[in-house]
Amino acid sequence: MSFDTLSDPIPALPSVELSAHAADLFNIDAALTEEERAIRDTVRAFVDEKIIPIIGQCYVDGRFPAELIPEMAEMGLLGSSLPEEYGCAGLSSVAYGLIMQELERGDSGIRSFASVQGALVMYPIFAFGSEEQRRTYLPRLAKAELIGCFGLTESDYGSNPSGMITRARQQPDGSWIINGGKMWITNGNMADIAIVWAKTEDGDSDKSIRGFIVHTDTPGFSVKETKGKLSLRASVTSELVFEDVHVAANALLPNSGGLKSPLMCLTQARYGISWGVLGAALACFEEAVSYAKNRVMFDRPIGGFQIQQVRLADMLTEIVKGQLVALHLGRLKDAGNFTPVQVSLAKRNNVHIATEAARETRRLLGGNGILAEYAAMRHMANLESVYTYEGTHDVHSLILGQAITGLNAFK
Amino acid sequence: MKIAVCIKRVPVMEVKFAITADGSRYEETGLKYDINDFDLWAIEAALQLKEKAGDGTVHVVCLGPNAAQEQIRKAMAMGADSGVLLESDARNYDGLAVARALAAELKGGAYDLVLFGRISIDSMNQMTGPMVAELLDLPVVTNVFKLDINGATGRAERVLEGASEVVEFPLPAVLTIDDGLNKERLPSLKGIMAAKKKPLEIKPANLDAAQVTVRSMALPAERAAGRIVGEGADAVPELVRLLQTEAKVL
Repeated sequence: MSFDTLSDPIPALPSVELSAHAADLFNIDAALTEEERAIRDTVRAFVDEKIIPIIGQCYVDGRFPAELIPEMAEMGLLGSSLPEEYGCAGLSSVAYGLIMQELERGDSGIRSFASVQGALVMYPIFAFGSEEQRRTYLPRLAKAELIGCFGLTESDYGSNPSGMITRARQQPDGSWIINGGKMWITNGNMADIAIVWAKTEDGDSDKSIRGFIVHTDTPGFSVKETKGKLSLRASVTSELVFEDVHVAANALLPNSGGLKSPLMCLTQARYGISWGVLGAALACFEEAVSYAKNRVMFDRPIGGFQIQQVRLADMLTEIVKGQLVALHLGRLKDAGNFTPVQVSLAKRNNVHIATEAARETRRLLGGNGILAEYAAMRHMANLESVYTYEGTHDVHSLILGQAITGLNAFK
Repeated sequence: MKIAVCIKRVPVMEVKFAITADGSRYEETGLKYDINDFDLWAIEAALQLKEKAGDGTVHVVCLGPNAAQEQIRKAMAMGADSGVLLESDARNYDGLAVARALAAELKGGAYDLVLFGRISIDSMNQMTGPMVAELLDLPVVTNVFKLDINGATGRAERVLEGASEVVEFPLPAVLTIDDGLNKERLPSLKGIMAAKKKPLEIKPANLDAAQVTVRSMALPAERAAGRIVGEGADAVPELVRLLQTEAKVL
């Protein structure tokens, strides 16, 4: 085959017809409120209309469809669970999760954009910012007049962010000078502001980690796009470098303190991911069902063969279990008593089952499964990133292991 | 400007329908429902008129089962201000009975415009709008695909077979909206949250006895599988022969 075909336009496939029975076997719809269903259906319509027709081509071109940002903001998708007084929609955690699910049904890159803007930029400003910072930034971030990114991970400190080398040193006048660098930063090259996490004292202790709102046009702040990705190609990933970046005293998020602060942000984002990946899994499942019913081999639809039916049965079973985990976790979160360990379980399980669903769909689709015309391989490749970011699968295993045994495998 | 929009709850069409055992209607199990497509464009038209005028109200009227509240809330999430549900569990509606119930509700409402979708995609009678206009003794313009309101006068373009015409009418009036007038907006999340605080009145629909009764309903016969008669230029003579003798389209 010729890879020249990759530059041809990717045709949009018609939406998949599925019996209501297969799409929602456990009638989870009935466990949602009318508003939650309405929100889900609205975002679903947006994704069907605006994202799915173009995303295959965006992926092949390695392009994030930034032209969709204003409409996403207009709909209220950014920071949607934060309070209305800051220009946000004030939605429940379950509604927020459903938004993530629908966006990722389109593509993990689109969901990542919304996750970062909402959970990793707006949430820390809401949680650790001064009232002035909240009023200055949150409404503009909700409207996407400002795009944000989140800098925690460094090239040598991913799963162990407490070892970060980025330093912010306070000057006699109260201002700060930041030096260091961050890697794997979603939205980096598009961002107007970055939430930068830095140690404010010498030594190894992670207690001195504080968060800063840094405008990306500050002298000494440079951004380099990460090239050569074979996953999340419809998403911007960047490296940030800080060389004597001088910011005013009021850039500090005053209520941030210690590694716990960025980890609280990650708990929010991971919660959203545990929902989001279900969207990717559902997209793959629906594609698999449609293909299995229509693709004829040995004179009958391949869906009539037991091996494909096992694939589909396994996929649906895991998706239903994942949905119930995410929904219950969302209800716990709304009731104010969810724990990071629960989030670890949900993120770990749901990303895993989504990755498997994408892989099995790719296989069920045979040769067609490697084409960008179908969603499976795109989701499969995307989910390898999701498997790795926001706490790798392995790290979440160890968090659960510690919770179960009381023994810390990290030390 | 005071506008009423009459909407209908209809099944989403992207599912396979089944007919009930008694053959009189479609099976409702497993169906999902939404606002009739043409009614969505009527809602959008009303919202745009209100926005252009800078003030006014958009009131939604729906005759249907209790669950149709969901469709009224969706219209409110798009921006409608208030709604009323004329509740009825009737399965197949009699057009005149529905029109009478709607007209009774609308009468005395002092609406400048009453908008309908041109047709409902489930029963496809396209009679309710014109009958309501008749019952209210108002001018009616059907199949509107362009609309301009200027004070107490309206100007609309209507679709004809292979042509279009421009008509003028005085307000108040009843219009039925065709596709092509607009593309309906998606409700915003804030709109969805605000919708639950908007006034929705529920009262029983006073439906007269049906005069027209559906006796049976049937699905179209399954289409026969396609046939490949050959490939390339060699297949043309056989294809032409079949189109002439079998399909009889040439």
